[in-house]
Amino acid sequence: MRAYKVDVLVIGAGAAGMAAAAAAARARASVVLLERGERLGGVLEQCIHPGFGLHRYREELTGPEFAHRLRGELEASDADVLTEATVLDIHPDGPKVVVISPKGLKVFRPKAVVWAAGARERPFGALRIPGTRPAGIFTAGLAQRLLDLEGLRPARRAVILGSGDIGLIMARRLHLEGVEVAAVLEIQPFPGGLTRNVVQCLQDFGIPLFLSHTVAEVHGRKRLTGITAVRVDELWHPIPGTGRYIEADALILSVGLIPEVRPVEGFVALDPVNRGPRVNGWLQTEAPWLFAAGNCVAVFDLVDTVAELGERAGTAAARYARGELSRGRRVSLVRGENVVSLVPSYLDGAAEGARVYLRVPRPMEGVTVDLGGVVRRKIRVARPAEMIELSVNGDALAELSRRPEVTVEVRPG
Amino acid sequence: MRIAVIGAGAVGALIARELCRYEAEVLLFEREPDVGWGVTKANSGIVHAGFHDEPGTLRARFCVPGNSLFSGLAAELEISFRRTGAYVLAFSNEEFSTLKTLREQGEANGVPGLEIHGREEVLAREPRVNPEVRAGLWSPTVGITLPWELAIAAVENALENGLELHLGEPVTGIEVRGGKVQAVRTGAGRYPVDAVVNAAGLFADEVARMGGLDGLELHPRRGEYVLLDETTRDLVRAVLFPAPTEKSKGILVLPTVDGGLLLGPNAQDLPGEAKEATETTREGLEEVIAGAWRLVPELPLSQAIKTFAGLRPESPQKDFVLGEMGVKGFYQAAAMRSPGLTAAPAIANWLAREISLTYDLPAKSRFQPKRRGIPHPADLSEAEWEELVEKDPRWGRVVCFCNRVTEGEIVEAIRRGARTLDGIKFRTRAGFGQCQGGFCTDRILEILARELGKAPWEVTARGKGSEPVLGEVRP
Repeated sequence: MRAYKVDVLVIGAGAAGMAAAAAAARARASVVLLERGERLGGVLEQCIHPGFGLHRYREELTGPEFAHRLRGELEASDADVLTEATVLDIHPDGPKVVVISPKGLKVFRPKAVVWAAGARERPFGALRIPGTRPAGIFTAGLAQRLLDLEGLRPARRAVILGSGDIGLIMARRLHLEGVEVAAVLEIQPFPGGLTRNVVQCLQDFGIPLFLSHTVAEVHGRKRLTGITAVRVDELWHPIPGTGRYIEADALILSVGLIPEVRPVEGFVALDPVNRGPRVNGWLQTEAPWLFAAGNCVAVFDLVDTVAELGERAGTAAARYARGELSRGRRVSLVRGENVVSLVPSYLDGAAEGARVYLRVPRPMEGVTVDLGGVVRRKIRVARPAEMIELSVNGDALAELSRRPEVTVEVRPG
Repeated sequence: MRIAVIGAGAVGALIARELCRYEAEVLLFEREPDVGWGVTKANSGIVHAGFHDEPGTLRARFCVPGNSLFSGLAAELEISFRRTGAYVLAFSNEEFSTLKTLREQGEANGVPGLEIHGREEVLAREPRVNPEVRAGLWSPTVGITLPWELAIAAVENALENGLELHLGEPVTGIEVRGGKVQAVRTGAGRYPVDAVVNAAGLFADEVARMGGLDGLELHPRRGEYVLLDETTRDLVRAVLFPAPTEKSKGILVLPTVDGGLLLGPNAQDLPGEAKEATETTREGLEEVIAGAWRLVPELPLSQAIKTFAGLRPESPQKDFVLGEMGVKGFYQAAAMRSPGLTAAPAIANWLAREISLTYDLPAKSRFQPKRRGIPHPADLSEAEWEELVEKDPRWGRVVCFCNRVTEGEIVEAIRRGARTLDGIKFRTRAGFGQCQGGFCTDRILEILARELGKAPWEVTARGKGSEPVLGEVRP
């Protein structure tokens, strides 16, 4: 089998991958972008609602419009694209990447790889909800593809479990297509998604949101006939006597995304909380030739951020391929109080500065985000749904880079 | 000679296939729209060694030969089967003496290779086992398989050897005159036959009553399971049993052929009529997890991808009901509780032989025992895969990303009879992986609709009434 030599191989043509491929090509690398689906755009293609692009393009776009802009950047570059191409294996020595597509097996020998495979949805079975297993249980992404890409109706009357942004958006989409949304249930005492989505997707349409609630049981043999909703205590245990039957023919789940790491997890360290590869400020993993960007690193809120990370990874991969990316001294970034998601895992010593992204575990008012006592930012309300971004300028980074590790924490005050 | 086999689970499918070795017309009736959807579908998939069964029982008689038939059968039918070995783990003096009883019992039944290992050896072989373990009974012949794959493969092979298959056709009556079986009736018609084999699983009691036999009492025993994804593949190598109780073999931790771990089952006795009560319960799933944790304390429940429950037929005598009984030409293969799956190949051989001797059936000269499985390119060499794609590019189009199932496999499964999402899942494993169909359900629906010439909303998950989509958004 012929091996194709290329400077940068980008895996996954969602926002991160398209931005990475275009950036790497602009940085004068030869680039091949692989996509397992038929179309470029990834999850953006099914997100037909507006709200994208405010940071990157300074205007409000729909998902497909955002994807269209990125495809334009890609077409203007010299990057090659192969669709319906699934990566079977990544061998760390070489590296060598084996790919299958309807055109046959191909082997790539890239100098650098950008892993931009996105995330998958946590399945129903992971929740261990008792009851029957009828048709009519969908992850939100699947329901969205059926509804918005295939024009197929997944429900007449739906209950949505999970108030993450995808769940909220789906509540509105279903409602607008004539599906009655009986309830949105959220196990936490606060909404999982952005406030603007709670307002614009639920409140504006009179869709009820029940906080501290979950599904206690699923009913129906062939097709879902209803669910039992129940109130939960602080430990998420159902409170006896609070169960209530809600008639519905579909249960739609927005209960979390899990970074896709399968072909790389064997040779890069993963962050146990993010569940994606540990990366430095260049989005470089512990295998120096492998970069990772987007939701396969950690789940981000905004596609604008994902595209920006993709660009940074693509540029860095192109520089690595030319032997121009020197790794600074490795400084570990460590989780302190009230930090869950945290990217990157290492601060490198590059002079240009760095960005740190983090999430708090619960809503907090009047807090200070503190990075090693050198960078501080006061925040009026910190919410789990909204990632906090910290800019670290060159001077601060130089100061922090002298230490073996730096702690990030969010504390009251 | 015409023989009707009732029930296309693993037992009925294997019996039908064995009967096809002889000069006889064999009809197989199944109430569900596909084979293997009853007891067979939600089962631990263990090929037992035979040490759990008291000598003198039919279970003991058929388990050991069934186990030894599995290697050959799996090769012939190209189904998944792996001898992992098993440990029965003891945590107390009392349980330790149970191990000795099991070993004696196994030896009396002819189970090869049984050894009691001390704590150190158990932990050396299975480092994740609870360190409080005292000893383990090692049984090298225990294996794991996919029961539905066995039923599907046996029926495919039987069809090549002349079987007449009636899916979605529950038997509604059996005509008996002069103490002899005359015909089988279904909603679709009357089929004159000389003999029937009752392999109707949970419904075998009803089928027996149709033939005028009242002696078969069955009730469902529900077992709940939790499946962990393939990232748990290296945690446990062998099937791990606790010391058994009077009632059951207990809650196990076992590897699956796909690389994940299966936890369960518990054992809840349900009333006789609860033949479709496959719902899970909160208490049941907690019991399964507690039972599994007792054997392997650090099981990562964050990797759970599925919970489900299966029903197994239990009878008061706690043993199989086999052979001709009461009515001439009425054969039972009923009350197939554990180790029914393991015993099935040996029972099928024995029963087909009994029938052939009674009716003096000559062996068919053209019987073709080999069944070709659907190729799974991800398991083939690169050259073989390349060749498949060259002939038909659909074999290079991956549809199920988790298990790397191609469109070629899905189309082939439809050609072989899959009509539903579950039919595709059980034949190709598409949708059985980490994302549980989150990424591929819409694409498989589309392929099914296209190949069957149906609208997407006419495609079902598992038969009429289980359509995942209900129509067009804007008709």
